[in-house]
Amino acid sequence: MRRTNSAPSRPRIATIWLGGCSGCHMSFVDLDEWLFELRRHADIVYGPLVDRKDFPEDVDAVLVEGSVTNTDNLELAHQLRARSKVVISFGDCAVTGNVTALRNLVGEPGEMVYRVYAEHPDRDGQMPSEVIPDLLPQALPLHHVVPVDLFLPGCPPPAPRIRDALTSLLGIDDTPHGIRFG
Amino acid sequence: MARPKRPNVPVVIDGHEVMAYPDDTVLSVAKRNGIRIPHLCALDGVSVYGGCRLCVVDVAERHKLMPACGTAVAEDMEVHTQSRTLQEHRKLILEMILAEGNHVCAVCVSNGACELQDLAVELGVDHVRPDYQFPRRTVDASHPKYTFDPNRCVLCTRCVRTCSEVEGAHVWDVAGRANGSYLIADLGQPWGEAPSCTWCGKCVAVCPTGALAWKGKAVGEMRHDPNLVAFLTSARDEGEWLDRETM
Ligand code: SF4
Ligand code: SF4
Ligand code: SF4
Repeated sequence: MRRTNSAPSRPRIATIWLGGCSGCHMSFVDLDEWLFELRRHADIVYGPLVDRKDFPEDVDAVLVEGSVTNTDNLELAHQLRARSKVVISFGDCAVTGNVTALRNLVGEPGEMVYRVYAEHPDRDGQMPSEVIPDLLPQALPLHHVVPVDLFLPGCPPPAPRIRDALTSLLGIDDTPHGIRFG
Repeated sequence: MARPKRPNVPVVIDGHEVMAYPDDTVLSVAKRNGIRIPHLCALDGVSVYGGCRLCVVDVAERHKLMPACGTAVAEDMEVHTQSRTLQEHRKLILEMILAEGNHVCAVCVSNGACELQDLAVELGVDHVRPDYQFPRRTVDASHPKYTFDPNRCVLCTRCVRTCSEVEGAHVWDVAGRANGSYLIADLGQPWGEAPSCTWCGKCVAVCPTGALAWKGKAVGEMRHDPNLVAFLTSARDEGEWLDRETM
């Protein structure tokens, strides 16, 4: 993989968490000691497990957890697509919308947000302030927003399935495991 | 018409010559000979519906694709079941089925034991290209023993045919048209209030998805038994429950 800055360089992997529950990242952490193996082959340059604020340039592959459900997710989706060679829909929420898209069945989110925030007995009748991004009309699978190169279904994808995707991308020898939604 | 003792109609499927009975369909003769044609609505023991169209095949000299489940065999018929085009069609059909309902496998009673989910794996559907419809459908939990979740119903009509043809009750039917079609019990009342239901559970047994399930099943706990119908009908045909003495 050719890069403009320093050469020779190691593959740059990112992970990102949009509208999901973090379960897919938990499964990523479940790779346990294989994470050290991954670290031998690639740099992990961004993600909830990396102390860095902005999505970097020149990413070789990014694992995207979660659906595109708010304005923040939407901006990040476009940014990560522009800055990454291989975009991977990581888990059922990114692939199908899954549980996060269940809200689509009740129509426009306005009423739902009001019920959750303002009418909830544990709250004081206030709507969230401006630091909370607006919900989009529907929670959408990532590939309905930006082009996606690889799909890794599962809720969450089991660690061996994540390992398969990464090993085949990075050209590491390993035995493959199966795919499935759910 | 009684079947001849041995199959006597030669048919060529994917280059292999197989022998069919005169009353075989392309799907039934393929099945008996171990040739896999993906299908969803077809169910041994009840009539042919031909609604899901997953079993489309190419028949030489016919100018359109044919559903294998509803195509009668003919002498020296030449059938192709696995061309690139057919595989692409099947994939898109399955994606449309998934986009039309609300399939959230992670919270479904049938997760891990679902014919639809297995077909997605078999056909290589790892994402759905058409826009999801997110239809608004209400769960019917009025029956004391079973639940009906129309979000997961693919309108295969297996339950309709089974309840009508095997149980003889005809509780289920399809109302509406095109993508506004939906399943109703009796005259559109809640299933629990449908007087014709005998609680036999056959419809639940044959449902290929998590739409019909036993009450009290949690995520991934439901197991269907689609072979039940063929078992019952063949036992009836063979007179297995009749007293041999009086026959
Ligand atoms: S019926 Fe099958 S495909 Fe649909 S949600 Fe349930 S497990 Fe998934
Ligand atoms: S339980 Fe039996 S009678 Fe009732 S709807 Fe199902 S198949 Fe028909
Ligand atoms: S309830 Fe099940 S068996 Fe009946 S039409 Fe729907 S998917 Fe088919």
